[in-house]
Amino acid sequence: MQKAIKVARVMLSVYYAYMVEYRAELVFWVLSGTFPLILMGLWVEAAQGDQFDLSPTDLVRYFLAVFLVRQFTVVWVIWEFEREVVEGRLSPYLLQPVDPAWRHFFSHVSERFARLPFAFLLVGLFLLLYPYAAWWPRLDNLLLGLLAIALAFCLRFLMQYTFALAAFWTERASALEQFWFLLYTFLSGMVAPLSLFPDAVREVVLWTPFPYLIYFPASLLINRPENVGRGFAAMILWSALFWGLNRWLWRRGLRQYSGMGA
Amino acid sequence: MERYWKVLRLFWSTAIAAELEYRLNFLVTALISLGGLAGSLFGLFLFYRTGYEFEGWSWEAALLVLGLFTVLQGFSAMVLIPNLNKIVNQVQQGTLDFVLLKPISSQFWLSTRIISPWGLPDLIFGLVMIGYGGSRLGLGWADYGLAVLPLALGAITLYSLWFMLGATSIWFVKIYNVTEVLRGLLEAGRFPIAAYPVAYRVFFTFVTTVPAQTMLGQGGRGWLLASTLLALVLLVVANRFWRFALRFYTSASS
Repeated sequence: MQKAIKVARVMLSVYYAYMVEYRAELVFWVLSGTFPLILMGLWVEAAQGDQFDLSPTDLVRYFLAVFLVRQFTVVWVIWEFEREVVEGRLSPYLLQPVDPAWRHFFSHVSERFARLPFAFLLVGLFLLLYPYAAWWPRLDNLLLGLLAIALAFCLRFLMQYTFALAAFWTERASALEQFWFLLYTFLSGMVAPLSLFPDAVREVVLWTPFPYLIYFPASLLINRPENVGRGFAAMILWSALFWGLNRWLWRRGLRQYSGMGA
Repeated sequence: MERYWKVLRLFWSTAIAAELEYRLNFLVTALISLGGLAGSLFGLFLFYRTGYEFEGWSWEAALLVLGLFTVLQGFSAMVLIPNLNKIVNQVQQGTLDFVLLKPISSQFWLSTRIISPWGLPDLIFGLVMIGYGGSRLGLGWADYGLAVLPLALGAITLYSLWFMLGATSIWFVKIYNVTEVLRGLLEAGRFPIAAYPVAYRVFFTFVTTVPAQTMLGQGGRGWLLASTLLALVLLVVANRFWRFALRFYTSASS
């Protein structure tokens, strides 16, 4: 246990240093997450006429929350893993007594800390533009929301890492992720809060993992929680499913792995 | 000038030959862009579902804008994004030296070295959508023809912005994700400009809304003139900015 904590601490600090080395890249990452802010503009304009269930203020809050959740749940493990497998750089990591998954996981986690200041800067800027929308989540919602964000990150990481394992069999594993990302973009609530979806669509979407990655934590943060128990249960179930699949593929994949270029 | 044409032909024929090694990729990208299209239609539908309408834009007119957006997305996937990744690589590894030594404009080399056929599905689907929206609105060939110029101007604007972003890699080195920023910039062009609050409108009027307006016969000369000016100014600025950036290039690992 003590060893695990030590390993985690070392990895966190190493990857933090690595992330901070290329700060410009970080700024660009934060900027590239502005998609929800663009949609905020659209929806706020649309909601002026009271034709939708949500008021403009609600929508500003919602999309700011989406922006924040997005910032903390960005995952790119598939691109790194794909390169490691294709170029054979995975081999040395296999010799180490730590599963390579943890290396990726901690590199993502430490990047969150490096990104924090920029993300808050942008949120601050937006609250200056929309001062009337400033709000404070209730303490219990805030805590649950943070927990939901952490779980959402884990789930998204697990899903992407599972797809990444396809790299053992094909050179274009990232195509899987690209497709998945489309579903994620349009069904997770990034384009619009789920409450604005047609009822039939919403019912179907709630069975997929996507809304729990963005809509669920974001709605907790803006004090409009819906079915909290069901949300957490769904996240844990989907995580368990992908965890199982992931471990199975990992074992099969290692047998397949030929260590190209090594 | 002729030399440039010849070089361009060589660049593109080798690039396409290299990419065609991965034919299955075409199917994959076609599927992905089809999915993207379905998603964008869904996104647009969410707005029009309750009878709300972007000010002055019927569903069909909004489809035109979406189609133009998809075409430009295809263009950026074909030319802009693959070349941009290349610039970053070259700066990071110091191989930009070899480009600078060649007796042609380095901007030309960097902007046209690669063409990737994987943007084609987007291009085709975009044109199909424009055709569909246009036929519902009863547009003729002349209307489409008129939109070609503003669309080209939009592409130039996009190119210039993109090149300037790419040039910043001289200072920042590792910025692969600039492509994501570019995509974000473009993303706003999915919807007609009238759909945005006034404060947002400054940035993304020209790229897709002006061509669509021209197609619909609504755009005044003023808009066309403004977008011409913007494209030209940005093009010159991009070139100057690149030369300025090169002064700070110190090469790597040598």
